[in-house]
Parts: sequence; C-alpha cells; structure tokens
Amino acid sequence: MRKKDRGGAEVNSSSMADIAFLLLVFFLVTTTIASDKGIPMVLPPKSDQQDEVKLKEKNIFKVLINSKDQLLVENEPMETEAIKDAAIKFLNNRGRDPQSSDSPKDAVVSIKADRGTSYEKYLTVLDEVTAAYNQSRADYLGISLEDFLNLDMENPDHKRAYDAARAEYPLQISEAEPTDIGG
Amino acid sequence: MSKFKKKASSKQEIPTSALPDIIFMLLFFFMVTTVMRENTIKVEQRIPPASQLKKIERKSLVSYMYVGKPQSYLVDQFGTEPKIQVNDVFIETDEIIQFVEEERNKLDEVERDQMIISLKVDKETKMGIITDIKLELRDANARLLNYSSRLGDVVK
Repeated sequence: MRKKDRGGAEVNSSSMADIAFLLLVFFLVTTTIASDKGIPMVLPPKSDQQDEVKLKEKNIFKVLINSKDQLLVENEPMETEAIKDAAIKFLNNRGRDPQSSDSPKDAVVSIKADRGTSYEKYLTVLDEVTAAYNQSRADYLGISLEDFLNLDMENPDHKRAYDAARAEYPLQISEAEPTDIGG
Repeated sequence: MSKFKKKASSKQEIPTSALPDIIFMLLFFFMVTTVMRENTIKVEQRIPPASQLKKIERKSLVSYMYVGKPQSYLVDQFGTEPKIQVNDVFIETDEIIQFVEEERNKLDEVERDQMIISLKVDKETKMGIITDIKLELRDANARLLNYSSRLGDVVK
C-alpha cells in the first residue's frame, strides 16, 4: 500500500492582499490627515473693557485693503510682495527715521480690511506681516527663517531663544473694525 | 556540442506572498496618521495657503468653524451666500455665542480660557462675514483664534 503523499498543506493567501486593500481603501475614504496648522491670532477684549491706549501715529504701520483687494500701506499703494520688506524696515527702524517706529516693542501693525475684501487676500497679508515678524526674530537670533520656524518648543534651549526673540519683537497686530464703504 | 544551450524556459512568477504585508503596513500607516472624519463638511473648503504656520499643540482645546459657500448639491436649499457650519449644522452669526458656550462647557474648568477656535474658511469668502464672526467671538470671550491653513506657495 502506497503512503499518501501529504505534501505541505498551504492556506491560499492570494486573496489576503485584496482584503487588506479593501481595508486600506476604507480608511483612505473615511479619514482625513490631521492638519491642525494655521496662523494664530488673539482678538482684543470686549470693547467696554478696553482701555484707551494712546499710540503715537508714527508707531503704527497702517495696512488698508479695499474691496478690490488693493493695498494701501502707510498711505502708499503697494503690491503684496512688498509688504514683508516694508514691515521689516518699519520694525527695525529703532528711531532712525523720525517718521517710523521708535522700537520694535512700540511698533503696532494695523490691518484694516473692507467687508468686500476676499479672505484669501487678507490671509496673504496677515501671512506676510507674520513673516516680517518671524524674519526679524530670526535675524535677532542670528539664524535663518526656516530654522526659526522649526524651533522645537519641547526643547528648553529652543524655547528660551524663541521667548527672547518674542520679547524683543512682540507680535502686535491690531485689526481695526472694518469699513463697508466699498471702493 | 552546443555552447549556447537553450535555457530551460521555466515559468517565471513574481512572488506575491509579501504583498499582504506591504498593504497592511500602508494600512497601519494611514490608521495612525489620520483621524476619522467627524462631520460631513457642507460648505466649500478651498483653504488658501500660507507660509508662517504654527502647529496647534493641544487638539482637545480646538473647536472648528467652517465658513464658505454651501456645496453645489445644497445650493437649492441654502443659496450661494457664505454660511457658517459648526459640527453638522449651519448656524447664523447670532448663534455663535451659544455655540462657544456649549464648546467651552465640554472642556475642563481649568482649560476653559485656553479654548481655541479654528476657522476653516474658503478662499472666496468675503471679509464681511469673517468680521461678524470675530465680533461675536469677541463678545463670547473666545479670543484665541486660528486661521487654519496649509503650507504652500502663496499666490500674490
């Protein structure tokens, strides 16, 4: 009598890939990659609690955006790309030009948008102004803008450097109540 | 004597036994890096890019507001004016204070003043509605705001 050839009994696993694919597609469809990044902003307190702050005219960097997304910076029409450099120059004036800011600590950037301004333009301008601050802070620390943005807050040395730069260049963006004049 | 013997043309198969493992690895990657979609977004969301982004460290403190035109299949019902969506519903600007209070009550007492409102706004939205939202948020004393954005080349 011949012994039965048992051979290795194998489980057919070719459809395993299909099952895994199915699961993968399910997760791809039902989930989103967490994107919790953005430009932070602190709103001023309620108007009745607000103290009147007297600011010198020259310490305010005025940015106006009209409903056609055109810019008026310090009473001069300007292209969006130029804001960053103009803001850096304004922040780092330190009293040299009597018409410009006394020191970065006194400087305030005022952004005033019209009700008809597009959000895209507004965010771009806000981004440029934030970039001006970050660039000044990076220069203050003697590192590149990229390195500055990648500072790790968990690392005490990095945090200290970041706080020092932030104390020197406090982000002071004031958002005036918008107009609805159009124009 | 032939030096160039014909090669035995055996059937060449690509081994596919590792394929499931590769797919599973991809699967786990996606399971770890993504989160379940919590609510269906009913407004258009083409978020403008920016370059100076900051990451929100504590996700539990964040409440989202979506602003934009209702999506095309809802236009008949809601029109084309930008609307505010929170959770799964559209709200009007005067309901924002109530929404903020509800979200604030979900947090621990010690963390209530650290609540962050993240605005996800479509690029075609006008600033008018954003300003109304900001005034309401200010009245609701939810002053930490985040303009949600993604890293990208800024269109100038």
